[in-house]
Amino acid sequence: MKAEKDQLILGIETSCDETAVAIVKNGREIVANVVSSQIESHKRFGGVVPEIASRHHVEQVTIVLEEALRQAKMDIDNIDAIAVTEGPGLVGALLIGVNAAKALAFAHDIPLVGVHHIAGHIYANRLVTEMAFPLLSLVVSGGHTELVYMKEHGHFEVIGETRDDAAGEAYDKVARTLSLPYPGGPHIDRLAHEGTPDIDLPRAWLEPGSYDFSFSGLKSAVINTVHNAEQRGDKIAPEVLAASFQASVVDVLVTKTVQAAKEYKVNQVLLAGGVAANKGLRAALTAAFSGLKDVELVIPPLSLCTDNAAMIAAVGSILYEKGKRSDLTLNGNAGLDITIHNS
Amino acid sequence: MKILSIDTSNYVLGIGLLDGNQVMGEYISNLKKNHSVRVMPAIQTLMNECNVKPAELSKIVVAKGPGSYTGVRIGVTIAKTLAWTLNIPLTGVSSLEVLAASSGRHFNGFVSPLFDARRGQIYTGLYQFEEGRISSIMEDQLIMTTDWAPKLNELSQNILIAGNDLPLHQDILKEILGDKAVFAEITEHNPRPAELALLGRNKPDEDPHHFVPNYIRLAEAEAKWLESQSNQKNK
Ligand SMILES: [Zn+2]
Repeated sequence: MKAEKDQLILGIETSCDETAVAIVKNGREIVANVVSSQIESHKRFGGVVPEIASRHHVEQVTIVLEEALRQAKMDIDNIDAIAVTEGPGLVGALLIGVNAAKALAFAHDIPLVGVHHIAGHIYANRLVTEMAFPLLSLVVSGGHTELVYMKEHGHFEVIGETRDDAAGEAYDKVARTLSLPYPGGPHIDRLAHEGTPDIDLPRAWLEPGSYDFSFSGLKSAVINTVHNAEQRGDKIAPEVLAASFQASVVDVLVTKTVQAAKEYKVNQVLLAGGVAANKGLRAALTAAFSGLKDVELVIPPLSLCTDNAAMIAAVGSILYEKGKRSDLTLNGNAGLDITIHNS
Repeated sequence: MKILSIDTSNYVLGIGLLDGNQVMGEYISNLKKNHSVRVMPAIQTLMNECNVKPAELSKIVVAKGPGSYTGVRIGVTIAKTLAWTLNIPLTGVSSLEVLAASSGRHFNGFVSPLFDARRGQIYTGLYQFEEGRISSIMEDQLIMTTDWAPKLNELSQNILIAGNDLPLHQDILKEILGDKAVFAEITEHNPRPAELALLGRNKPDEDPHHFVPNYIRLAEAEAKWLESQSNQKNK
């Protein structure tokens, strides 16, 4: 029997400070994955500067496209569809990927599919293992903290989200309080492993049954603890503070994820987003789910947790199969809702 | 030789198709509407009308700024991507030069095209046509209108001033320059995409991978950072 033709999707991602292009075969197999990071450029500003991010994307976009095709040893005519992040993200940055994708789609008459960035983070897991529905995904990044329920491919239901700061934001702010360099998350994670969580910091559980999150109270508690100690002339060991802060964040994330996984009777729990690189969170989730035999926990490798375009192509593969198409009016949308993909 | 030209650097959205020595078509609008949504459909519509396929294009010419940072980037991104993927030459032309050529091709004197840059500032430059050829007399710059007008006043010839943002600066220019200032008619304020294509036809090709807009200004954060660095050195 003749094998069906492979499906090849080219993904483009420029929502924040990475210019990324990837090619994914049949939704699961990475053929090429190129990420050009601007992090060195933004470090001196202590965070991502949108105008500078946009300027870098324009400089990089065709170079990264060419490199991806070169790695895949392919021609653009081999590609079945172009998937591009249309939001959420920095609008000026999104516009570079979106317009490059539209130009490419037009030049070669290739179908175009707009993708939600968070759907991408969730689908990074499909590059590791096949999805088993219904599933739950814990998405934690600089801009997002949410629990997303999926009953099937391409259908996303947000069952809980942060009411104030994202977990990653709280990490960055606490890192600044501790005078750690940007980006602060990995530094806190590292310090946390050197200290013990001896300081009792609050955990925002919110109303019973709620899967929402809140980290602004925790952030303020950390800042107050540091200030109070300074006024007394004490100095708190940064590793103890980092460990205590991380313990609070991880406790809430893991407890709510376990509760939701049980209530929604899911087969799989997927970790997604940049904060998924956090060792403390990985370890705690692994421990919590080792007792739940019926639920498979999937944690992608670090390289697929941070922003990349393979994850965008992975979503694009499913959407393309479902017949979803974007036209040449596709725009960057900073506040895009993940439910746009639900049919 | 079919040239596609793209200008999204300011409110005017311009797409042009030049075939040899003939302008096949132009699309121009002067609206405060989203370029990102409209530019690719405009390119598609014009090319369909002219029955030109992407693979038939032999060159892309883009207005490279100055102008709105986001606007310039949209056009440049599309131009770079098209030129790279169709493997055809790319040429950038100053957005001000296009405006100068669209209004002052037969003006006997100098041409000062302008775009408003807020807080009393303009993006402008000085151009001149001699025997059909345009040359830059003073380079494109960001300057206060109150500083630019006296510079123009030192010139020995009349100066044609053009641009849709002219009403915001006309009083100052008129006051300082008097009769030396000639103001373009409203029909001459739109940079014409066919002029862009024509200007680009005669300019050298550039590498799409390394082609970037001419913002004139550093990003604000970058400028502040450089300032803080030099302050530290001087301490
Ligand atoms: Zn992300």
